[in-house]
Order: sequence, then C-alpha cells, then structure tokens
Amino acid sequence: MRIDIRKTYKLYIGGAFPRSESGRTYEVRDAKSKFIANPAQASRKDLRDAVTAARSAFGGWSSATAFNRSQILYRIAEMMEARSEEFVEEIALLEGISRVAAKKQVDQAIDAWVWYSGWCDKISTVAGSTNPISGPFYNFTVPESVGVVGVFPAQKSALLGLVQAIAPVIAGGNTAVVVASQKFPLCAVTLSEALATSDLPGGVVNILTGITSELAPWMGAHMDVDAIDATGLSKELDKEVRVSGADNLKRIHKFSSSDTPQRMLAFMEYKTVWHPIGI
Amino acid sequence: MTFEYSPAPESTSIVDISAQYGLFINGKFVDAKGSKTFNTINPATEKVLSKIAHAQASDVDKAVAAARAAYTKVWSKMAPQERGKYLFRIARIMQERAREFAVLETMDNGKPIRETRDIDIPLAAAHFFYHAGWADKLKYAGAGDNPRPHGVVGQIIPWNFPLLMLSWKIAPALATGNTVVLKPAETTPLTALLFAEVCQQAGLPAGVVNIVTGDGATGSALVNHPDIDKIAFTGSTGVGKGIARAIAGTGKSATLELGGKGANIVFDDSPIDQTVEGIVSGIFFNQGHVCCAGSRLLVQENVHDELIEKLKRRISQIRVGDPLDKNTDLGAINSAAQLARIEEISSSGDSEGALRWSPECALPEKGFWYPPTIFTGVTQANRIAQEEIFGPVLSVLTFRTPQEAIDKANNTPYGLSAGVWSEKGSRILWAAKQLKAGVIWANTFNKFDPASPFGGYKESGWGREGGRHGLAAYLKGGEK
Repeated sequence: MRIDIRKTYKLYIGGAFPRSESGRTYEVRDAKSKFIANPAQASRKDLRDAVTAARSAFGGWSSATAFNRSQILYRIAEMMEARSEEFVEEIALLEGISRVAAKKQVDQAIDAWVWYSGWCDKISTVAGSTNPISGPFYNFTVPESVGVVGVFPAQKSALLGLVQAIAPVIAGGNTAVVVASQKFPLCAVTLSEALATSDLPGGVVNILTGITSELAPWMGAHMDVDAIDATGLSKELDKEVRVSGADNLKRIHKFSSSDTPQRMLAFMEYKTVWHPIGI
Repeated sequence: MTFEYSPAPESTSIVDISAQYGLFINGKFVDAKGSKTFNTINPATEKVLSKIAHAQASDVDKAVAAARAAYTKVWSKMAPQERGKYLFRIARIMQERAREFAVLETMDNGKPIRETRDIDIPLAAAHFFYHAGWADKLKYAGAGDNPRPHGVVGQIIPWNFPLLMLSWKIAPALATGNTVVLKPAETTPLTALLFAEVCQQAGLPAGVVNIVTGDGATGSALVNHPDIDKIAFTGSTGVGKGIARAIAGTGKSATLELGGKGANIVFDDSPIDQTVEGIVSGIFFNQGHVCCAGSRLLVQENVHDELIEKLKRRISQIRVGDPLDKNTDLGAINSAAQLARIEEISSSGDSEGALRWSPECALPEKGFWYPPTIFTGVTQANRIAQEEIFGPVLSVLTFRTPQEAIDKANNTPYGLSAGVWSEKGSRILWAAKQLKAGVIWANTFNKFDPASPFGGYKESGWGREGGRHGLAAYLKGGEK
C-alpha cells in the first residue's frame, strides 16, 4: 500500500506561501472528528504583513483595465475548474456532506467567479451616471475601488461563502486580506493555490488561516485597512470591529445575500467630477 | 484704484422673529421639558435674536414616537406619487418665501445676503423639487429590486449651511418614504423653525418632520435612541467617529458627511485669472465655513510668484462686513467659539514658520470677524496644512511635478473635495482619477447641485448625498 503525500496548508501573503511567523498551527478535524491537517495559525504580524502586501498590490490592481481584471477573474474560474476534484474532496470531508452536494457547491463557486468576471467592465456603466446640472457644467459620477478590504467570509460553507466574499471585492479593483473560516480553512488554502496560478498579481488576495477572534480585532484597528466584509463575524466581534474601525471610518458591511452588484458597490466609492462647458 | 460703495443693506422687515420658539413635534410647536432655553444671536452684531427651546432626552423621545407613528400609520402607506406631491408643495413654498429665508439665514448665520439669496435658499428649494420627482420612481434608482425606506431617520446638521443642509437631509429622506427627527445646529436654528412653518403650510401630515433644537446632548440622545433606524449626520470628523462607535452593533445605518482639507491644484498651464477667481471662491465662499473648501492651494512652483501676486490683488478687493449688505463678499464668523478656533490654528501657522498675509481691511467692532488670510511657505507637516480650519484661511504649498501634486493632495486622512486647474484635458482627467476625493472640481470650485452626488472618501465620511447615489443611502436594499 502506498502512503499518500499530504499537503502542508500554509498562508498566502504577497503571492508567496509562508508558514505563520509565529510558528503556530492549529488542528482541523473532519465532520467525524478525525484529524485532517495542521494549517497555519496566523498571528497579528502575519495580518500586518498581509495588509502591507495588499496595499502594495493596490496601485497596480486598481489601475488595471477593467477588461484585464475581467480576464483574470475568468482565469481563476478556469484554474478552479481544473482543481475541482480537490475542492470536492475537502468540502465533503470537512462539512460531512455527500460528494454530489460538495460538487454542487464547487460548481456554484466557479460560476460566481464567472459572474463577477463579467461585472468588472460593466459596474461603472450600471452604477455610474452623468448628472444634469442646472448650469454650464459637464458632471459625471463613477464608482472607484475603496482600497484594502478585510474579508471575513460566511462561516457556514467551506468554499462558496469564501468565493462569494472575495470575488466582488477584487472585481471592483480592491485588494483583500481574507481570514478564512476557522472551522473550514482548507478550501481557502487550496483556493490560494488556484489564485497563484491565475495571473492574479501577488498581494491582490492574501489569505490567512487561524483563530477569527484573535485576528478580527487587529483587522478592525488597522489604520491601513479601508473596509471590512464582516459577514462571517459573530455579533460580538462585529461590534468590536465596528468600534475600533471607527478610528479611520472603515466601511464595514455584512451581507445576507450574494451574487448582487451591491456586494461590489459596498466596497466602491463614488467620485463626481465637474468641468465647465464653454468656448 | 479703490471703488467706493454706498451701503446697500437688505431690509429685515420681511422677517418676523418670535421672542421664543418651541420644538416642532407631531406638527405642532411645543415647549421643551423643564422649559430650558438657549439664545441664538446674530454673529454680526451679537444681538440676541430669539430664545430657543432646549430639547431634553424625553423631548427627543416624544419626537421619535411622533415620527414612528407617522411612519407606520401615514407616510409608509401613502401612494409614492402623493408623497412626492408634498415635496413639490414644500419646494414651491420655499421659493415663495425665499427672501424671508435668505434674510433670516443671514441674520442667524452671519453669511452674506448675496450667498443666502443666490445660493443657499434657491439650492435648498431645488433639492426638494429634485427629490420630489424621485418619490414614485424609486425602483429605477439603482437601489436593488426592492427598495424600502429605513423607517425613522435621525438627522443632525451643522451651522454652515443651515437650511441647505436641512434640505439635503429631509428631501431625500421623505422622498424615499422615511420620516425624520432633525436637530439643527445650536447657533443656527431659526431657518429650520421657519421650515417647520412651511411643513404646516404644505399640510404635511403631522409627525413626518419633527425638529428638535438643542446642543450636543440633544444630538446624542437622538443618535442613541433605540427606535431610530438610521442616522444622517453632517459635521466634524471627530463627532462622526463618535457616532460610528455609538451605533456599532445596534444595526442602525448611517450617512456621515464630515470634514475635509481640500487640495486645489494649480498647474502651470492653468488660465490664471480664472484660476484666481476659483481659488477665491474655493476658500472665501461662506467665510471658509465649508467642509469641501479648497483650503490647501498647491501651486506649480514656476507660476507661484505670479499667481500669489494676482491672488493678493484680488483678495484686496474682497469686501468684509455687514452680511445684510448686498455688496458684502465675506460676512461674519458664525460664533465666538469658531472664531477662537480659527485664531488658534492660524496662529500655529505663524509659530511654525509660514508667512501670513491679509489685506488691509477694517473689521466691524461688534460681532465675530476674521480677515481673508493666506499663508505662503507652508509645508505638509504644518498644522495649517493638515487640520481643517473652517475659516477664511488659505495655506499655500508648491509642487514641481504632477505626481508630486497628487501625492501631496492625497496626503491627508480626509478625502472630500479637490480642485484641478489646467487647460490640458488629458492632465485634468489623469489628476481627477488619481485624487482620493469624492468631488473633483476641474477649472471650477464649490459648485453644488441636487443632481450631483456629494460626499467623501476616507475620513470625510460614509455615503453620498444628492443624485441617484444619495438616494440609495435612504433605502434598504440599496444601502451600501
């Protein structure tokens, strides 16, 4: 009998796969409490490194053409499709659901990338406007990316909630620091392996695994994080993050629905430009 | 050459100020609990204009209850088109009584009659007219498939554009089907109270608009009231952050329009005379009591001396004095407290090594006044380059390359407005894209319109007001 080769589940920061600088890991068990893996338990320092990486990547990603971003998001769907089997396995194991149900979740996650890929070069058309001013001015409004977004995806699913949170953030030109579901972190690491082979510039998405209650307060207080998707946070952590996030007026949102352009627009800012009309 | 002007004061006979005002709750003026009052004065003369009821927490409670009842029983059930008709009525009455509003605003605020007459009041009426038409078109507003009002909205407005800020708040809230409890600023309550009369004349159902006058404690009671669904606040970034903390975990949503330190960037190919006019309106409009003021002038080094010379010549023509005089450009500072703040920050400009200049101008003896002032030789670390002064004080910095201009402009926690002056289209669009600010004025400054979204990036706030995008902030399902 051949002994299989297990995967080391690491962090994803700035396009690289480091272990936690703290040297810590935590145990992840399957639905039947059987040991599966020891993913990294990210520290405050790892989170700060991830924010630095996301900030460095922001300039390039936010100014990339919408068409370019669109192609890269589609490429992510392609890469996930190729790894579909691995995701199915992990989901079935972690959530304790059938392979058929797991496959459905993977398909939905891949399709979400395709959906948001299409949004990249349409969101400005749909959400922007030219405004009829009472005077000789040309006036238009466009949505722009807000900056570095901290992402706490929904905790219920191993993959779908994660993709539904990341895709709209980066489709809108932001960069992300993601804290994966504490209970179901493995798909997040596998997703990062797909991202790393998708032409997505390093640092656009950074993924941390670890203890949510340990990392969330640092995210809330970090002055270089512009916004937070708090969907996966408990009521208590949500409040804590909102209080500390007020120090730089972070845009903090929780979502109950997915696959809506509102999830993109929540992390975009409207800019209005005036110019006189005349000879 | 100096021009002599004869005094041309606007008559105050058109306004009828009561000796005392109560709170406007459930369609009627009522006394505050304990009959506590405070005075509102004319900042140009320091004369007391009226005694104003000081709302306590229990008064806020009554106002919120009235707004809730009006929301549940009347306003949320009304056909949207009918709701819109009330807004049209309000807009028309404001137009009919525009001169009265303009004079009253100038008396209570200290801003020149030229501005209240030509800008504040017409724009306030225009906001109601614009939003009236949205009331029955909300499903086309891009706010999701099922746009719904929040319910009862608590609104807190500042003293710099009292009636205009009221209309920015109340018009979209009502158009989208919310009811409101609004607190005007402590130093400028009078036009809000006159607006209450407009609501009565319009036959607006009782409780749809409630106005509670008071101070920060009154505002705090409103923010923390458990039956408020949404807060809309315009004011300082400090208070805005306090509101963000206070509502954390409560499920209340908020729109915040906060401070700014707007950069006004002048490239060396700008049309210089037009630019000088823009700089003047950018910082001296409304005594500089403007959150989006162009208070940091960034000038390309090679045109600095020429521009500053022309700017000084232009500033020397600014007429400071009686706000009711139709020829006045710069009126009174709104309060003694604000004057002290302007003096304090400005004096740091002197002590930190910037060069102060003001034209010779005689200031009235009574009232609160500050001359138009510019500081040259300002560096980025200076307080006058970082902090919002909220007065007629301009800080001038220089740059050499376009990228340096952008870097300096964005070097602030604020992100409300910015100006770009250049004759080159591609450079304007490039700069507009790089600037982290919600409103970019290119070859113009300090322009406002109900159809144009307004609001800030970063610590200048949350959300937009005006246009389709401002409407969304008052709707669930479209809320960001």
